[in-house]
Amino acid sequence: MTLPVPSPEISPELAEFWAATTEGRLLLRRCRACGEAIWYPRPPCPFCHSTDTVWEQAGGRGRIYTYTVVRRGIGPYKDAPYVLAYVELDEGPRVMTNIVDCDFGALEIGLPVEVTFRPAAEGAALPRFRPVS
Amino acid sequence: MSIRGRAFIAGAFEHPGRRLPDISVAQIHAEAALGAVADAGLSLDDVDGLFTGRDAPGAGGLSLADYLGLRGLRYLDSTESGGASPLYHVGHAAAAIALGKCSIALVTLAGKARGHAFGGPSLPEDPFETVFGARPPLASYALAAQRHMYEFGTTSEQLAAVKVAASVHAQHNPHAFLRKQLTVADVLASPLVADPLHRDDCCVVTDGGGAVVVVSPEVAATLPRQSVKLLGHGEAVRHSNGGKVDVTVTAAAAAGPAALREAGVTPADIDYASLYDSFTIAVIEQLEDLGFCAKGEGGPFAADGGLIAPYGRLPFNTDGGGLCNNHPANRGGITKTIEAVRQLRGEANPGVQVPGCELALVSAIGGDLAARMRSAVLVLGREDA
Repeated sequence: MTLPVPSPEISPELAEFWAATTEGRLLLRRCRACGEAIWYPRPPCPFCHSTDTVWEQAGGRGRIYTYTVVRRGIGPYKDAPYVLAYVELDEGPRVMTNIVDCDFGALEIGLPVEVTFRPAAEGAALPRFRPVS
Repeated sequence: MSIRGRAFIAGAFEHPGRRLPDISVAQIHAEAALGAVADAGLSLDDVDGLFTGRDAPGAGGLSLADYLGLRGLRYLDSTESGGASPLYHVGHAAAAIALGKCSIALVTLAGKARGHAFGGPSLPEDPFETVFGARPPLASYALAAQRHMYEFGTTSEQLAAVKVAASVHAQHNPHAFLRKQLTVADVLASPLVADPLHRDDCCVVTDGGGAVVVVSPEVAATLPRQSVKLLGHGEAVRHSNGGKVDVTVTAAAAAGPAALREAGVTPADIDYASLYDSFTIAVIEQLEDLGFCAKGEGGPFAADGGLIAPYGRLPFNTDGGGLCNNHPANRGGITKTIEAVRQLRGEANPGVQVPGCELALVSAIGGDLAARMRSAVLVLGREDA
């Protein structure tokens, strides 16, 4: 199927994150107090509760932590199947995403993947991942 | 006992904003929470109780707990009573503190009424999960099952054994939605719905409901029916943990020990368990997290017949559970509690009544397995326990 690209609701404090996606850049939130990378991004650090957090560009590569082929989708995804996964970024965080441009049967935990942005409505693109070729 | 003198308000903070177009509702909650704990001379790491109303994003304060990174919660209350909600929360927090259920409770309220109609706030995780077809709750259980298989060698046959055990029990329940006894091969032959989960790894979808009545010891003593004694209770939360999500462990790993400790018993003492069975993998993970077997050994536990009444190591869900009997409103907590009461009263269906059942454990899950969930566990005994 051709995956739908639902528009994310852009909360004011994440405007910079979504703007970067339209330029093909994946940002992480980094805590300057404890050093942790934070996902999903938010201003207060969920690890040490510092508010001294900043944007940092991620490399956009990682490995599949776990995945599923959803065969009974709902809403915009009702025309399943599609792949839902957590990808563990090289920087550490495990992010929910879709794996695209792939053979379902060739997927496995640990598979190297890289980010690919799919334009949603104006002002945002969804960070999906595909196997590293 | 009363709450008089048993609890104190140690911190208070009013957000200075009156027009806040540039921050989200979750962030206003966060700033208010940070202000209040700072006023008290505490940190969010100290908070072990969370009290929120409908103005907090997500069910039961769960999304806010995730947003704030609250990892030590052992008591949650999401009583919704309009503008009076925080007063309910302070009163309920005092009661919980008096009983030792928590010691540092956070009560928050926040919203953006200017330019927004009445209604709940959007979820801060939505733009990072829902847009990808997160497909709650099915997909989260599938993601957990896939990883559990990878880490521990769990198999689809072992997952299927959970369904088979439930179906054995359901044969004895004339009200069960599915009464046909299934085999492992039957389950594996059912269509995949979210790999590696098959249709028969899922619970039934039913109308219906249930209720329980909780009374004081004085009232129980006057009633003709045998009551069931509440011996222990525990609650816990797990969430995405800032990106360090681990889908192989449920919040029962914290809620279970709390309930067992309060009851003064160990997993080996439990005669019967009602385990939340929205999906087979949930049962496997709970068996491990509640201490009925080691981590990673839930699959063999089920495949060896350990769940089958009346003589398995731990007879479970003897009504047929959510997997075969009933899952009213897509919420299994009430039927789990009711079947434990039947077992302790000796009133389960005769073919599955556990002989001499004196101690039961009830474990329930709310939300997406491991990724963002609440667990609650009860330990129940006979009236004379």
